[in-house]
Amino acid sequence: MCNQSVGLIASVIEKAGIPTVCLSLLREVAEKVRPPRALFVPFQHGYPLGEPGRPDLQHAIIGHALDLLTSAEALPILTDFKVHS
Amino acid sequence: MARIEDLKFTHRLFMRSYQFRRVDWSPGAHLGKPLSQAKFVLVTTAALHLPQQAAFDHGIRGGDCSFRELPGNVDVRNLEIAHRSSAFDQSGATKDRNLVFPLDRFGGLVREKQLGALNHRHFSFMGSITAPARLISETAPAVAKLLQQDQVDAAFLVPV
Repeated sequence: MCNQSVGLIASVIEKAGIPTVCLSLLREVAEKVRPPRALFVPFQHGYPLGEPGRPDLQHAIIGHALDLLTSAEALPILTDFKVHS
Repeated sequence: MARIEDLKFTHRLFMRSYQFRRVDWSPGAHLGKPLSQAKFVLVTTAALHLPQQAAFDHGIRGGDCSFRELPGNVDVRNLEIAHRSSAFDQSGATKDRNLVFPLDRFGGLVREKQLGALNHRHFSFMGSITAPARLISETAPAVAKLLQQDQVDAAFLVPV
């Protein structure tokens, strides 16, 4: 239920005038909750930033998510993070 | 990518029948400055808390909607993880809290001047909330009000 909770908290903060971006581990849930900006990450539950001890991967995910904050695309933005090997 | 089909049978059955909630945030907020000048806050639903703070309560029917403030200068290795759910594997976050609360990563981005600043406090919820009415009407708005007071420019949220 974490994915619903994150989407709801993001929506409330956004409604208060502060832009938000959230990670999501379940596309199906984010599509229903529809937070303003969500980056779907292809990892199992418990691993939203990819892997422990992998700052490079964690930075890549954060960087992609932060790009959504400056995107001119219409909201909501729901997009996928692609892992580059 | 995790899918509902990948969850355990009991979780899958629940998720299939659950009526997910939505909050109308339209028209949405926009970042009025570059990332390099913006002040960020982190919000995690991994139920992290300081050792001296009360843990989240697993006995509350529908979930514990409360939140904990985490100081911006906390050593993430010292944070406790109160989340107990058979829906996910905790071992990764046990090894590296940045997996669910990337404070060190954001700190690095601020030092590199890619981001403007980090708020002096961040926020933690326990995400396993099936009855979110109080989350929507009370505790999330309380956090939003604190973020307005702190003049935060943008929020980064992480589920588990």
